[in-house]
Amino acid sequence: MKTAIETHNLTVAYNRRPVLWDIDFQVPEGQLIGVLGPNGSGKTTLLKSVMGLVQPSSGYVRLFGQSLDEVRSRISYVPQRESVDWNFPISVREVALMGRYRKDKLLGRLSREDHRLADEALEKVGMLPFADRQIAQLSGGQQQRVFVARALAQQADLYLMDEPFAGVDAASEEAILTLLQDMKQAGKTVLIVHHDLHTAHQFFDWMVLLNTRLIKCGPTPAVFTTEYLRQAYGGQLTILSQVADLVKARDFPVRERSFKDQPK
Amino acid sequence: MNAFWIILTGALVATSCGLLGTFLILRKMAMVGDAISHAVLPGIVIAYLLSESRDVLPMLIGAAALGVLTTFMIEFLYQKARLQIDASIGITFTWLFAMGIILISLYAGQVDLDQDCVLYGEIAYVPLDLWITESGRSMGPRPVWILGGVLLLILLLIIVGYRGLKITTFNPEYAAAVGISTVFWHYLLMSAVSVTTVVAFESVGAILVVAFLIVPPATAYLLTEKLQQMLLLTVGLGLLTAVSGYYLAVWIDGSVAGAMAVTSGVFLLLAVLFSPSTGVLTQRFRSRYPLRVTETGK
Ligand SMILES: Nc1ncnc2c1ncn2[C@@H]1O[C@H](COP(=O)(O)OP(=O)(O)OP(=O)(O)O)[C@@H](O)[C@H]1O
Ligand SMILES: [Mg+2]
Repeated sequence: MKTAIETHNLTVAYNRRPVLWDIDFQVPEGQLIGVLGPNGSGKTTLLKSVMGLVQPSSGYVRLFGQSLDEVRSRISYVPQRESVDWNFPISVREVALMGRYRKDKLLGRLSREDHRLADEALEKVGMLPFADRQIAQLSGGQQQRVFVARALAQQADLYLMDEPFAGVDAASEEAILTLLQDMKQAGKTVLIVHHDLHTAHQFFDWMVLLNTRLIKCGPTPAVFTTEYLRQAYGGQLTILSQVADLVKARDFPVRERSFKDQPK
Repeated sequence: MNAFWIILTGALVATSCGLLGTFLILRKMAMVGDAISHAVLPGIVIAYLLSESRDVLPMLIGAAALGVLTTFMIEFLYQKARLQIDASIGITFTWLFAMGIILISLYAGQVDLDQDCVLYGEIAYVPLDLWITESGRSMGPRPVWILGGVLLLILLLIIVGYRGLKITTFNPEYAAAVGISTVFWHYLLMSAVSVTTVVAFESVGAILVVAFLIVPPATAYLLTEKLQQMLLLTVGLGLLTAVSGYYLAVWIDGSVAGAMAVTSGVFLLLAVLFSPSTGVLTQRFRSRYPLRVTETGK
């Protein structure tokens, strides 16, 4: 398997306080990868340093074995929803079209193909009926789906998504996940920051468990164990007992089940 | 004829300022124009001391340089020192303005600068400032030509750079991830704002420039849901303001700049009351009718 993302001794600090410490990992191409860890564990910061939005104090990142600038057009980023002003005068379709903006063709006109891809992406997340609405008139979950559509319109090979399911209802989450599964079948790599431990071990093939340091990175069965989760989330009893249940549950053939039967 | 030139000047300033102001408002930097109007003072004094004349050109250059410096300082305090954006703007312009005052007091003997006449022009005098060619032909008021040139540059910036300005204003983080330089677009916009404000002050006065930068875009913001429409509406409102403001001034026999600024405020008030989506009265009127349940989407 080829490597999609690798970081080497990555250390990132805000105001000299390290938020990521000596992170060293590799994730393969063509997988659904979950990034997990408690609040403030540096998940968003990890994505931002992969996208070059924050400067690491040391270490570096390679994508598909190359530097970010060489492969930027193959990478798509879904920021956390809080990163924009949702009262901005812009329609759903225009946001999706931004997925077609490129550094080198910012000045020319968008082609018919660009418009088609944007609409197709909206269709995939079920937002095409809302295409002409202003984004302020959407619910939080719908806004999140517009962000996912913008990333899909980009037609990238690697998707980095920061909590794309925050506030998304179960039905839409399922629809988007099916979509991501399809993309995976087509050889795309999807890396998702995710909060829900209950669903995480069913979604992801591969996991990156963080808490400032890298706790563990590997295939889900190797990472999703009581021991590693305790290291990441600390010894909180409630979490631990839940995790024990989850780990037990994993021994049943949960992953064979379709998303529809998932307990929610 | 004077009426025509004054209205045309007002319309040119309204259009330039409105187009830039739209993006300033959406970037939550509406007060940058006001900041620049104060902060350029030291630039003007230095230009005056260096050139030893009261020529307009060196002063414009000095002022524009300080305008750009102002935006650098604001950005530095906001990004690097991590102050709030409004605090950064307030600190920058009071400090630079104070520097200007010190300079004037230090060189009081040599500086025969009356701020009001050098920098803060009066729109009613525009028709008097004629551009006479070598051959003695009158080409109309000089400010109209200069402001027209500035407007052309801004139209070029907005039309050609529309998508760059839009994406870096809406979601700078995403723009940077795609590889678009947010810094470049920021300073391009801010340089345009500096030059426009400085050139416009010189002919129509500070209050009117700041009013045109903020009020018509804010009015348009209340009335539309699309950026393109917001820009067009801002221009329309600016033109309407220039015309109706002029006739208000004639009617009350008062200051033209004052009347235009007040008129723009009246349009804003109307939008606050009657905007189709957020209008205070519109909503009260609507709430008299019972709501009907409509099918929600998936
Ligand atoms: N711009 C910033 N300046 C200073 N500190 C920051 C900044 N952004 C994040 N931090 C700090 O860095 C740490 C990691 O933040 P990060 O946003 O990466 O966490 P996260 O894992 O994404 O958390 P969450 O689950 O809440 O989204 C936090 O302690 C946070 O306080
Ligand atoms: Mg986060």
